[in-house]
Amino acid sequence: MATGTTQGTRTVNGLTYRITPPAPTRERPAPARGLRQPRRFMSLVGGLLLLLAFALPFIDASPYTISVATSAFIYIMLAMGLNIVVGYAGLLDLGYYAFFAVGAYTSGVLATNDMPLVFTVPFVIVACIGAGIIIGGPTLRLRSDYLAIVTLGFGEIIRLTANNLDITGGPSGISGIPTFGLFGWTFRDGLDLFGIHFSGNILLYWTAVLAGGGFTVLAVTRLGRGRLGRAWRAIKDDEDAAEAMGINTYLTKLAAYILGAIFGGLAGILMAAHQTAISPTSFIFLNSALLLMAVVLGGMGSTPGVIIGALVIWLAPELLRDFANWRYLMFGLLLVLVMIFRPQGLWPSTAVLPFLHFREKGRSPREGFTDHSEPVENVDRSEELA
Amino acid sequence: MLQLVVDGLFVGSFYALVALGYSMVYGIIKLLNFAHGDVYMVGAFAGYVLFSTATGLAASGGLMSLLLVLLIAMIFTGLLGVFVERVAYRPLRGSPRLAVLITAVGVSFILEYGVRQIMGPNPRVYQVRLSGETFNLLGARITLPQLILFAVAAGLMVALNFLVMRSRDGRAMRAIALDPQAAKLMGVNVDRVISRTFFIGSALAGAAGVMAGAYYGTIDFLMGFVIGLKAFTAAVIGGIGNLYGAMLGGILLGLLESFGTNFLGGQWRDVFSFACLILFLSFRPTGILGARVVERM
Repeated sequence: MATGTTQGTRTVNGLTYRITPPAPTRERPAPARGLRQPRRFMSLVGGLLLLLAFALPFIDASPYTISVATSAFIYIMLAMGLNIVVGYAGLLDLGYYAFFAVGAYTSGVLATNDMPLVFTVPFVIVACIGAGIIIGGPTLRLRSDYLAIVTLGFGEIIRLTANNLDITGGPSGISGIPTFGLFGWTFRDGLDLFGIHFSGNILLYWTAVLAGGGFTVLAVTRLGRGRLGRAWRAIKDDEDAAEAMGINTYLTKLAAYILGAIFGGLAGILMAAHQTAISPTSFIFLNSALLLMAVVLGGMGSTPGVIIGALVIWLAPELLRDFANWRYLMFGLLLVLVMIFRPQGLWPSTAVLPFLHFREKGRSPREGFTDHSEPVENVDRSEELA
Repeated sequence: MLQLVVDGLFVGSFYALVALGYSMVYGIIKLLNFAHGDVYMVGAFAGYVLFSTATGLAASGGLMSLLLVLLIAMIFTGLLGVFVERVAYRPLRGSPRLAVLITAVGVSFILEYGVRQIMGPNPRVYQVRLSGETFNLLGARITLPQLILFAVAAGLMVALNFLVMRSRDGRAMRAIALDPQAAKLMGVNVDRVISRTFFIGSALAGAAGVMAGAYYGTIDFLMGFVIGLKAFTAAVIGGIGNLYGAMLGGILLGLLESFGTNFLGGQWRDVFSFACLILFLSFRPTGILGARVVERM
């Protein structure tokens, strides 16, 4: 720390203060070293889990497992996208599936018209940015609860439009969407590597893991930590205060909305490739609400929380088939109970595992102010005074 | 042409009844009650149960039996609204707006799928079908039930207006809408008044549900979803938080829809009304009668 004092000014780290800032009363404890540092530890766990996800086809390659796991990773991707909007920026989006639908339909329509699926990605991104601006532009100036209902209406508009137009196949939707491929080779042909044949399902699963588990989780988490992410959190906590601090709240919210839309759209491409057929019934309000449930249950704004929430919501119906009828009723109850008793979710965004530390344990903060290292002796001074 | 106006007015009066509840609750505690459309659905089912248990009522099929069922269903949905407010919304008063909104979504789910568990997923057919003679008014066809239901809706709205503008409770409601803390300091029992607001709003939605059931004939557990959205649209068009605005918005949305359907085709009806919502929010977010609201800190 470079500190210099000349004639009433003081220079700290290259900044010159006219008024001398108070010196710290105590040394700041050093950052935790090695794996005790929470962020490093979580990255390691995340990396290991990602490796495990990649290794899944070697453990269990049955088509059912692979199919469920593929859609689970697409679901994680969607939940992380919604997490930007709801978790970071605090904007309730009840029609998030609309962007999923925009992505799936854009790529589906283009791909069935002889465009390779990979090349539909830029079109999907543009379509989602457009959709995000159309819906966010007018409403983000208003109070956030208007946005909730307008997104709900927008979700319905998209679904009904897909249901009514000819180009989207009407109520029966689009079928026969080709899978990913390049230069004449597609995933369906499979891949022979080291003498092992990998089928198209497994290749698609790996794509989903890479896009959902790797790229999306990393990108969204890092977005949340950066300048934009901090601005989002500031807006979520207090929009007026954020505005007073010089954040352009409108553009920042719009950015959250558009970025969320892009991730939703990209997940839509994967879904189109995975299911090879899409229809308007896949995009009903119920699904948007379930996705919101995943984000809320896990912990808004918390990466591990949202992943856990997405897995719980997605895998619960697979595991609890006997309770299928009670499912949505339970979800509704759970939403209310979580909001009343644990609004921060299962894994809150501020949570740190108990054995991890941001900094080495220093002295307790109290010590700097009251130096009671040894109790002051009570001296009987009555004789002196007398 | 006139037929479109008549149909629009008729549908609009349903929308207005539901929108009133939305608008009242929003005006007082600034909560968008997502479950409001589902209260309408519960009202329709309450009417259905009453009609099918008391078969004598359905058999007589007269106006009085309909009004009686309407009244019972209104009390039931009103109490349901009070219960929901007490259990789900009151513990969250003062917490972030997002939390309350999410709770409201949860309540909506509970009502929808609770009714599904009790009544089954299939649509139900109302036992009573209102039939009556058809009038011709300047070339437009109006049926007697339409006329009756319209009169009932108008009567309820007049009664509500009287309640809010003339009674002691109504004055308390308006006071809370202006400034809850000042109202509290002036000795208004805020919790009780909010409960009553929920009662009135939910009762109106329940009435609309019974009327819709009796008129359209079939009901199902998801019928509240779209009507909730439409009612919100109506409330926004008229100016949310404003009673006359909700009535005007409902009627106007009904007319817009009836004309829009005529020009674009029935399958675009909902798209058309939600597009109206987005357009209104872009260009006149305060609605037709809404005052410009300055958010206080």
